[in-house]
Amino acid sequence: MKEGKTGIEVSIAASIAAKLARVEVVAAYPITPQTHIVEHLSELVANGELDASYVNVESEHSAMSACCGASAAGARTFTSTSAQGMELMHEILFIASAMRFPIVMAAVNRALSSPLSIWGDHSDVMAARDTGWIMLFCENGQEVVDSIIMAFKIAEDRRVLLPVMVNLDGFSLSHVIEPIEFPSQEKVDAFLPPYDPLYTLHPDKPVTMGAYGMPELYTEAKYAQEMALIDSKKVVIEVMDDFGKRFGRSYKPVETYNTEKADTVFIALGSINENIKTAIDMLKEEGREVGLIHLRLFRPFPSDELIAALKGVKRVAVIERAMPGGAMNSPLFNEISSLVHSNSMGIQLNNYIVGLGGRDVNPEDFHGIIDDMLSPEAKKETPKEEKNYRVIGVRG
Amino acid sequence: MAKPMDQYKWHELNVGCVIEEVGNAMEYKTGDWRTMKPVWNDAKCIKCGLCWLFCPDAAIYQNDEGFYAANLDYCKGCGICAKECKPGAITMVEEER
Repeated sequence: MKEGKTGIEVSIAASIAAKLARVEVVAAYPITPQTHIVEHLSELVANGELDASYVNVESEHSAMSACCGASAAGARTFTSTSAQGMELMHEILFIASAMRFPIVMAAVNRALSSPLSIWGDHSDVMAARDTGWIMLFCENGQEVVDSIIMAFKIAEDRRVLLPVMVNLDGFSLSHVIEPIEFPSQEKVDAFLPPYDPLYTLHPDKPVTMGAYGMPELYTEAKYAQEMALIDSKKVVIEVMDDFGKRFGRSYKPVETYNTEKADTVFIALGSINENIKTAIDMLKEEGREVGLIHLRLFRPFPSDELIAALKGVKRVAVIERAMPGGAMNSPLFNEISSLVHSNSMGIQLNNYIVGLGGRDVNPEDFHGIIDDMLSPEAKKETPKEEKNYRVIGVRG
Repeated sequence: MAKPMDQYKWHELNVGCVIEEVGNAMEYKTGDWRTMKPVWNDAKCIKCGLCWLFCPDAAIYQNDEGFYAANLDYCKGCGICAKECKPGAITMVEEER
């Protein structure tokens, strides 16, 4: 890779990031819109440019199972999936996290069928949010590359040993060409040493992995896993800081945009944050100050950082790309609401569902949301309806 | 295990509940699931060892005389040994407790 920025499709960039991380095993099954990531990795392995085993599997269930096996054997392991593929590997997502395998997966977020849709939203990852994985969300292609490299460092830290999901929006990130700066192999090697596993499946020192957990022990086992996930936040922050020092691009679990003067903010995940920033800039020209709280880390939920970011905020619009599925609100809203109410922060919270199944979300939509939030109807404290959210742009 | 399961605190468990001690499944006696148990008729037994080979739980052992029997601490009474025994030397009989 040459110095400076390269115009490149984000999916290809993601596979180059995995190569820079010197992955040793890739097991994946192609599914739109993840396809280009795994196709390119397959090419890199076939061409001898990447010294890794590429396992062709017959399904995503097998892909994640093979990843668990490879990780158990001590290999640095990578995979990628989308939508139905993530649902098919759902069972094994829990096993990867509970058995503490530091697998990294690029999750190219896509709507779930039916109706059949190959387009982007967050239905897939929201259905997998409680699988015990560390979850990062990316706003742009550069962040995808940097996050994949950071993800291995976070996952393989002896204080963590958990899988990391790097979420990037299908099409609106995966298939766009962006100017991306690739770190040199030398710098990545210095940042990310070879994986040194705590336990491996090796005949010289036999161990049992994935043993039966009796009722006397299961609670303690799950509690230990949960504590590891919660405690991983400090390693996430450490790794982000270290990355910033070495590569000049700094990241934080929670970032803000134009929140200094604004008492009304959006909270969202993923690439939609770029649209929101555009909308905020447009509102600024009209003399209206609105801010954005951007969650780069979703699991573990960065409560302290969010509380700090919400200081002085009066109104929050939680923007989400997934249907609540019979809940009063969408998943991200429920967690923000829990945080705000358990800390008696007295913030008006409104929930907006946008961009389902790849529908465009324009800056004007966010203007409408701000107007809606300031209406008397939106201010009411206790929602009377079972449906405590609005779906932007739904006809009829 | 170094101590009984119900005495472990969460922070005392290995990462991912990995078990480093080899062969400790022996400590968990699973024979009490059984409703039927295999009984050998040594007069019919030809000492072929198929019962020993097919037992999915390695619960069958060979005694000093070369005949076979089940270790009832682990035998779950699945009946595979009786099914595979060519001379018909094994009968499954109801467990009485």
